[in-house]
Amino acid sequence: MNIAVLIKQVPDTETKIKIKPDQSGIEEGDIKFIVNPYDEFAIEEAIKTKEKIPGATTFVVSIGPERAGEAIRTALAMGIDKGIHIVNNEPALDSYLTAKVLHGVLKERNISVIFSGKQAIDFDHGQLTQMLADMLDWPCVMITESFQLKEDKSGAKLVRRLGGGAKEIYEIAFPFLVGCEKGLNTPRYASLPGIMKAKTKPVEKLLVSNYLEGQSAFVSYKNYELPPERMAGKKLEGEPQIQAQSLVKLLREESKVI
Amino acid sequence: MYNILVLAEHVEGKIKKTTLELVGKASLLAKELGGSINVCLIGSKTESEVHALAAYGAQKVFLVNQDQLEKYNTIAYTQVLAQVVSESKPTILLATASPMGKDLFPRLAARLKAGLVTDCIELKINQGKLIAKKPVYSGKAFATGHFNTPIQMATTRPNSFPMIVADPNAKAEISSVTFDPGTLCAEIKEVVQGLVGKTDLTEAEIIVSGGRAMGKSENFQVLQALADVIGATVGASRAAVDSGYAPHDMQVGQTGKVVNPKLYIACGISGAIQHLAGMRTSKVIVAINKDPEAPIFSKADYGIVGDLFTIVPLLTEEFRKLLSES
Repeated sequence: MNIAVLIKQVPDTETKIKIKPDQSGIEEGDIKFIVNPYDEFAIEEAIKTKEKIPGATTFVVSIGPERAGEAIRTALAMGIDKGIHIVNNEPALDSYLTAKVLHGVLKERNISVIFSGKQAIDFDHGQLTQMLADMLDWPCVMITESFQLKEDKSGAKLVRRLGGGAKEIYEIAFPFLVGCEKGLNTPRYASLPGIMKAKTKPVEKLLVSNYLEGQSAFVSYKNYELPPERMAGKKLEGEPQIQAQSLVKLLREESKVI
Repeated sequence: MYNILVLAEHVEGKIKKTTLELVGKASLLAKELGGSINVCLIGSKTESEVHALAAYGAQKVFLVNQDQLEKYNTIAYTQVLAQVVSESKPTILLATASPMGKDLFPRLAARLKAGLVTDCIELKINQGKLIAKKPVYSGKAFATGHFNTPIQMATTRPNSFPMIVADPNAKAEISSVTFDPGTLCAEIKEVVQGLVGKTDLTEAEIIVSGGRAMGKSENFQVLQALADVIGATVGASRAAVDSGYAPHDMQVGQTGKVVNPKLYIACGISGAIQHLAGMRTSKVIVAINKDPEAPIFSKADYGIVGDLFTIVPLLTEEFRKLLSES
């Protein structure tokens, strides 16, 4: 049984974003890149699932420039068996093209389940997993906060988190895709032996350009800009009672939000 | 002829306010385009809600009324919408960036081979095509999506557009759609309802959030009491969630929810960059913190340096007085 994980390398959450002068994107110069936090839950769930299925193989797939290889090594150090690095030297891929490339690479690999993060925290599109699901004609459960393999290992029971405490509970047979949410599990750290082992695990290198089939992006993103700076407003002085009274008055009369 | 198709959402038999907001925005775009505005309403027993959609500008409502569609199902809803699209031939398709819109639209976009921009905060028309601005890096920056496809799709963040004035006398044409669901391979076995009347953070108009200073989960009661009085939803910072004071569902910020309320009250939250990213588009920000140097004060419209456990109950009392007068 083959278990795949889709991961992306993204800027660390601490990153202060700077925009290129021509507004075509962000300055990558001094950014520290990490594995997309939601993808860590996907990696962990793939490893846990493999541990319950004798003979199963896990592999991690990432599209990106050379540096994305680091993210793949991180996943291998955590315990994933193999890597596929689809090197991208092309202009920006939109979600559709990304899904198309992944579909081309994955469709013939006899996969039972694909785990991904629910979204990547760089562009926050949240599109890829469902798009790939539609191309594969597989079901997909996004925002998954619980994944329980069925006893006969023919599928799983999943809980999808909606807003306001509401949930949907699914029972699906393989194959399908899972978009992982924080809370699904606690991702393990890479152990030192794990890091050493990762260096010798196989990573297959492919090229994005071989899978585009002449298709160009459906959406081009331009005019990157920073949000308008918020100015510090009024500090309300006085005794707590007075502070509370002035705040209520200001929210009612000045900003009119209450 | 340019048509806009909006996917409506309803809860407990009523059209959601976020849908009415979006239909209103769509009707302004339709005027600019010289096109008409259609709405797709899926579910069972929803016919009585057509007037609400008409009041905000819907000219035609595609009504898909079937018992099997009462519960949301990604694959079935994708098929239904694809069918409605082939009938209504829209050039622009819009939905709210709700759990349903976020789940359904990417799948539908792949099916229709249409470009999609998610979680938009601004929609414009340029030379007959949609232009959609969205936050990236959790709101640390914005980017604008330009489409290269005949059909252009977008999901929009709740509370991004002003409500238009409703016309209670407006009427919409109804077009009933029948749909054969066939076999659904990812059927929902069970739906666990949230707390009745609880608005999700991403749709909330007012949010009261607590940070690490909350100290323990029971203390969130203090914020809940205030929230109950002003009709707010309670949120939390990552520090509070990681300390186990609040569930992840309540987390506001880069690895939690990005919110867009008209009023955000941050209590005992220092204002880490990841948190600010998640709430910076709030119309008005209030910060209550003991530490006068907390970064949150540099982004807040109103700041109170003080202990939240003193200030928040006083605020609750003051709001109670104010709101009982009016």
